[in-house]
Amino acid sequence: METPLIEFRGITKRFAGKTILDKADLSIYENQITTIIGKSGSGKSVLIKHIIGLLSPDEGSILFRGKPVHEMKKREWEGYRSQISYMFQNNALFDSMTVFENIALPLRQTTNLKKKEIEKKVMSRIEQMELTDATRKYPAELSGGMQKRVALARALVTDPAIVLFDEPTTSQDPIRRNIILSMIAHYRKKFGFTAVLISHDIPDVFFISDRILLLWEGKIAFNGSYEEFARLKHPMIDEFLMSIEGLRDELTGLLSKEMFKSRYAMTLGSGRADTIVTAVLFSFNLNFLSDLFRPQVAIEILKSMGENLNNYFGPLGGFSSRHSREEILTILPHLGIEKATELVNDFAQRLEKESLPEIQELIRDKIEAGECFEIFVNAGITEGSSSDEIEQIMKSADMNKKRIAKYLCGKERDSK
Amino acid sequence: MESTIKDSSLLPFFHFLGKKTMNVINNLGAVAIFFTLAFLKIFRPKQIREIIQQVFYIGAKSSNIVILVGLFTGMVLGLQLFYTLNKFGSQGVLGSVVALTLIRELGPVLTAIMITARAGSAMTAEIGNLRISEQIDALYTMRIDPQRYLVSPCIAASIISFPLLTALFDLIGILGGYLTGVVLLGVDKGAYFYRIHAYVNMVDIRGGFIKSLVFAVLVSTICCYQGYFTHLRTDSYGARSVSLSTTSAVVFSCVTILISDYVVTSFLM
Repeated sequence: METPLIEFRGITKRFAGKTILDKADLSIYENQITTIIGKSGSGKSVLIKHIIGLLSPDEGSILFRGKPVHEMKKREWEGYRSQISYMFQNNALFDSMTVFENIALPLRQTTNLKKKEIEKKVMSRIEQMELTDATRKYPAELSGGMQKRVALARALVTDPAIVLFDEPTTSQDPIRRNIILSMIAHYRKKFGFTAVLISHDIPDVFFISDRILLLWEGKIAFNGSYEEFARLKHPMIDEFLMSIEGLRDELTGLLSKEMFKSRYAMTLGSGRADTIVTAVLFSFNLNFLSDLFRPQVAIEILKSMGENLNNYFGPLGGFSSRHSREEILTILPHLGIEKATELVNDFAQRLEKESLPEIQELIRDKIEAGECFEIFVNAGITEGSSSDEIEQIMKSADMNKKRIAKYLCGKERDSK
Repeated sequence: MESTIKDSSLLPFFHFLGKKTMNVINNLGAVAIFFTLAFLKIFRPKQIREIIQQVFYIGAKSSNIVILVGLFTGMVLGLQLFYTLNKFGSQGVLGSVVALTLIRELGPVLTAIMITARAGSAMTAEIGNLRISEQIDALYTMRIDPQRYLVSPCIAASIISFPLLTALFDLIGILGGYLTGVVLLGVDKGAYFYRIHAYVNMVDIRGGFIKSLVFAVLVSTICCYQGYFTHLRTDSYGARSVSLSTTSAVVFSCVTILISDYVVTSFLM
């Protein structure tokens, strides 16, 4: 079995007699995004502060590649810490320094890089985070979202192997939240770091996570993949999701996963097992577009797709929810597969003729001249009955997936 | 039986006294360790730029207030001493008395108090703010030793700036005494400067210099310590704790300046 990169064994932490972490055990694996979820004040930040040594446990031990960190010699400990970056919940930017100086600080103070090299590295991060206009500004002159991006740039400028993100998306609008999460996923893939994330942004954060840890009353109550988490039926998980998830997904306007489940049960589960239901699993090449261009393009497309699905299928009694980063499941109750296929084909035609060109207009300012890409829309249609589990329907729909629409999107070069 | 009752009634008092004494000793120990570590870190790499910056903030930017206070202190001394010496017909020694008072005593003390008010309070407030907004934790996570980066340059800059500003204060004070004594009250110009030259020797200057160094260490250590550990205050949190730490830093520094002035003077005499 793979040795965890970081492992907590029986970590207990108390503040003023109050136990925050109670013999918590957890494992973080290399090159994965591990997301820690839990109610506010449940000790998530306390947990990750132990990883970097900002807090030390009252009991238990933390292991890095199988070696207890408290047994490390000074040089070894410094080597361990040099691999970790931390992005604070409140950004912790230096108010008296400009954006450039804030990002350059760790390089200036901990490396022997030349001035030019530092400048090059910092400017490259600034450009990646789209902060070029703010280079000489002070944090107080920036919006909350921009400050977050500066903090993210500072966390990534040293090319760390492990990045700890303490609620990186707080105080962000749904689009910006998704952009930040996509950015984390994108950079994780690009630079290959291990990410540990604290976030309340459900479901978005689930879609980028390889592993979910649920912190509940000081202990790790769940440790596994998102699929396992979604499958698991436990009152504690339901309570947590109900407390944290809204009625609708803020980005797309579609139903939240919990609402989708209860709507499914309410609309179709009235005891009649013979109620026909058709499920359509739509998928888009968003991960590809996000990696190829920038997350904004993919997020704008997803947002627009959500709106289109709602507008088309909503009046017909259909309801939808996001099931992964690039998949939306739509349920069409009381409709047979033939009628549903007709509707989906009509929807696809509308997409190609009206909606996708509109998307191109929406993202026109986000792509550069000469950039061109294709949007693919696939759909898998399946018929089931109300007694079928959602997962069962999804699996069946996934097997029937085929392309229903595509659109060549791009911006022509200036003829001059 | 009676003695047992008496003993038990005194017990809370001794308990309280013991606890307070232990607290004071613990705090003094903590401050001493804090200073020692910060002082040693002055000699680490990448410190020159930070120290120069702090010399600018603590030293250069305090020079105006030091000049102003030095001038008026010298002028008042000129007036008061002329009046007193005149009673004994010794107004000719005005220059030496003004100079010795300033160099041996008032120069180092008033300069230290002025810098405490201007730069010491700023040190506490700035470090305290960094602490409550997690910026000190952020430095730690970036592998930048917060004590080396924030405290050591302040201590180094204070050690450099205090003697220089004291010398400036002394010089301006002597000129202030000249203004009132010579220009306004008619003491002989040659006698004023001759007496200074004749009576002020290196021992006096060295004494004032030693005092300014001691004050530099005390003021910078107390001010930085108060800011650095502002989050450990039990009487308040957040911005309020920073304001209370700043007040404490200024009060402790001023009291310590006066106490240590007496101690150092008694050693130098």
